[in-house]
Amino acid sequence: MLGSRKRGEFLIKTIVYILLIVSSIIILIPIFWMLSTALKEDSEVYLFPPEWIPRKMYPSNFVRALTFLPFGRYFINTSIITFLSVVGQLISSSLVAFGFARLNARGKDLLFLLVLSTMMIPSQITMIPIFVLFKLLNWVDTFKPLIIPNFFGGAFFIFLLRQFYMTIPIELDDAAKIDGCSYFGIYTRIILPLTKPALATVAIFTFMWNWNDFMGPLIYLNSREKLTLSLALSRFTGMYGMTAWNLLMAASIVVALPCFILFFFAQKYFIQGIVITGLKG
Amino acid sequence: MRTKMSPMTKREERYFYLFISPWILGFLIFIAGPIIASLYFSFCNYDVVTPPIWVGLQNYKRLFLDPLFWQALKVTSYYSLLSVPLGIILSLVIAILLNQKIRGLVWFRTIYYIPSVISGVAVSLLWMWIFNPEFGILNFLLWRLFRIHGPAWLMSEEWVIPALIIMSFWGIGGDIVIYLAGLQGIPTELYEAAEIDGANSFKKFLNITIPMMSPILLFTLVMGIIGSFQVFTQAYVMTRGGPHYASLFYVLYIYQNAFQFFSMGYASALSWILFVIILLLTLLIFKSSPLWVYYESTRER
Repeated sequence: MLGSRKRGEFLIKTIVYILLIVSSIIILIPIFWMLSTALKEDSEVYLFPPEWIPRKMYPSNFVRALTFLPFGRYFINTSIITFLSVVGQLISSSLVAFGFARLNARGKDLLFLLVLSTMMIPSQITMIPIFVLFKLLNWVDTFKPLIIPNFFGGAFFIFLLRQFYMTIPIELDDAAKIDGCSYFGIYTRIILPLTKPALATVAIFTFMWNWNDFMGPLIYLNSREKLTLSLALSRFTGMYGMTAWNLLMAASIVVALPCFILFFFAQKYFIQGIVITGLKG
Repeated sequence: MRTKMSPMTKREERYFYLFISPWILGFLIFIAGPIIASLYFSFCNYDVVTPPIWVGLQNYKRLFLDPLFWQALKVTSYYSLLSVPLGIILSLVIAILLNQKIRGLVWFRTIYYIPSVISGVAVSLLWMWIFNPEFGILNFLLWRLFRIHGPAWLMSEEWVIPALIIMSFWGIGGDIVIYLAGLQGIPTELYEAAEIDGANSFKKFLNITIPMMSPILLFTLVMGIIGSFQVFTQAYVMTRGGPHYASLFYVLYIYQNAFQFFSMGYASALSWILFVIILLLTLLIFKSSPLWVYYESTRER
């Protein structure tokens, strides 16, 4: 009786492992395919049946892909936009979250509800008037429309940081106040140092969103020397007449690489951010 | 008579508004103002260069007679209706498998999340190559494993949306992480008690797992639907809405009207309809939620 139950459990465990391994392989095939294509010789790309592993590796494809367009320039452009967006989001969202988590005022709950409800508003509804505004300011074809809005706090991050701040005992604030610490002092000396992991999460998500953003740069950037990596990559397809898939894949890998590296070094913060916003929502 | 606030509380209130002032400004400049402006534009003819001209309900009338508006609505609903529920089921199944006290949990979780790390244009290009009818890996595998001649995918009116739905499953890693955390948070006593009562695995799943997970499922359903109505990058990069408008996603159509045809008024009307649709869907889900969402706090009443 006990033996058959054990055997049943073993069988179930085996099935679970098989399903997990098969689905993992399915998930990884596209990435493997991307790398394999990027290293293939031009003619081998159009071989049928396709080869999983290139007969001869051509790492020089990466050099070719990167020199065809001024990728260095685009890398710098994307880095500038992303870095300043991260700075803006960190400062503004943490200030606002501090207000909501630690200070009392009339109308606070209502305002916080408003913050949350803005997450449900599709950005397309505001897209056109914001474009008109930036056009009036003569900011079209500059990086400003992509950077400046990050200095006004994002609802998602305000929510995330507030959740973190709420877990810090309020007695710490009271003690600091007795010692003559201002509200701003409590924010910089108590809350910020204690919530570095949460700030890391905000930084990582802002980085990812801005690095990969496509619609924003598409709407606002026109000049050839001002493109971002995403935008340049999308134009790459047209230029090569969509034939040089090895070069396209090589360029895609380079564009995705910073996000990959960030993920492997800061996986903990990714998971934390997703779980907190997902579970408490 | 109103009680007077102490100077301390008043000071605190001033600081509250000071701290949240970036958000208040942002809300006025980038949300409230634009929403009102967008409503106004939707009643105008507007090309950005010359001032808007009031035309009343004309944009909305045009919209109802515009076959491409209906096409965009159809394409987007079709995609949403399949990709969101199937994605949720798939991620829930994988999360449940991961929650079976297995070894290498962290490794598996990492693998499932990897695709979510590379998003946007790079992913679109990768899948264009995967879906390539002649040299892509998908049709090769279909032939090798099942002896099936795969369709033309992105170049087929019939298969372009199914292709994009398949591609969307590649990015379910975020949901898997959320569900796994939710499953790990279900008290084991509940399952133990059910076992004593003689419940089998299926009953436990139906009567414990699903109710305990329902608030999280609600959240991911709402966010998934909002997200699916905003598909843009894939459509723009991979198909440009083709072939023959078969993948004309709603937001792509807004973009084309606004930034290619410079019909900002018409595009604003389109985006207002999108806003209303999303609002109605969200309300519908929330209104129906007492029927299927279980909150622990209400149990004690």
